Amino acid sequence: MKDTTLVVAGMATLSAGTYAFRLSGQVLRARISFPPRATRLLEAAAVILLAGLVATTALTEGHGFSGFARPAGVLVAGILAWRKAPFLVVVLAAAAVTALLRLAGVS
Amino acid sequence: MSSLRRTLERGVLSTPVLADIGLTCLAVFFIGLSYGAVAVASGFPLWVPAAQSVLVLAGASEFLFVGIVAAGGSPFAAALAGLLVNSRHLPYGLALPADVTGPPGVTGRGSAGWSWRRLFGIHLMNDEGVVFALAQEDPRAKRAAYWACGLGIVICWPGGAVLGALIGSAVHDTNAFGLDAMFPAVILALIVKDLRDSRLLRAVLASAAIALAATPFLPAGLPVLLALAAVLLLVRDSSPETARPAGQRSGEQPAPPGDGAR
Repeated sequence: MKDTTLVVAGMATLSAGTYAFRLSGQVLRARISFPPRATRLLEAAAVILLAGLVATTALTEGHGFSGFARPAGVLVAGILAWRKAPFLVVVLAAAAVTALLRLAGVS
Repeated sequence: MSSLRRTLERGVLSTPVLADIGLTCLAVFFIGLSYGAVAVASGFPLWVPAAQSVLVLAGASEFLFVGIVAAGGSPFAAALAGLLVNSRHLPYGLALPADVTGPPGVTGRGSAGWSWRRLFGIHLMNDEGVVFALAQEDPRAKRAAYWACGLGIVICWPGGAVLGALIGSAVHDTNAFGLDAMFPAVILALIVKDLRDSRLLRAVLASAAIALAATPFLPAGLPVLLALAAVLLLVRDSSPETARPAGQRSGEQPAPPGDGAR
């Protein structure tokens, strides 16, 4: 691991900042009302951010392509989720498909 | 804690809802396993995923933090990327009534509503718990669903992370079990309902394309931030409406005074 002090500082920043986000939504709710459009845009921004995260974590490793096994597992999970399969089934299917493909020699 | 027991009393939540919450917590436990294993495999000691899972308690940002630092990024940049992902907790906090995170009858105005219990309840705020709470009609059921899911996750996520880190220390090739596919699958499952909205779907596809196109050239974490630019697709779409002054938009409330603080 890199410099422990720096990692601890990063962890503290992430923990404190995350709690601040959780708390400030509740504090603001009691004081002001956001226009519905702003709330919708904030929610959409979160979804868009998470979609970028799905794309990069499913398809890339470092600066390159992750190989076919992982995105194939995620794709199967996506189809199951779209068809409203239970959460646990979706997540375990992703791991199972990826593991089986790797067992079959597909990286 | 007796008020907490009342909150979770039987009968407030229907059996199918309780079963869904239980299964969700079980899924979170498995993802915790993969998180702990991935963190140890990336070269972190056990206490890093253990401490993060309790103090941050937001899986996506923790994976991102570990991934960026392992890829050579600075811990501070990793924390900022994690915070951007976690900024969604602000709209969550706006959406949750005060008596969901706190005791019955609390409005959140003044100092009265800020007990230790509520401050702890606010720490339990997470994607799944918010979804379950907002899906209930009755305020008592909202509160029970929020707390049941929150308490389940505060046990299952760190528990899974520590066990995963122990397994990861013993088993070196965790990729053989496909654990690395679990995290994107979880996030995809959480946002899939939003993809039924065609405008949002377009922005989501643009976001994925931007993130992938930028990955070969930018340090870890930045492609995802750059992908946020896809939100402009949604802003532009409704620009004829935003061009008009607040209060004249059809079907929307005028912005209240003090909103400029945003």
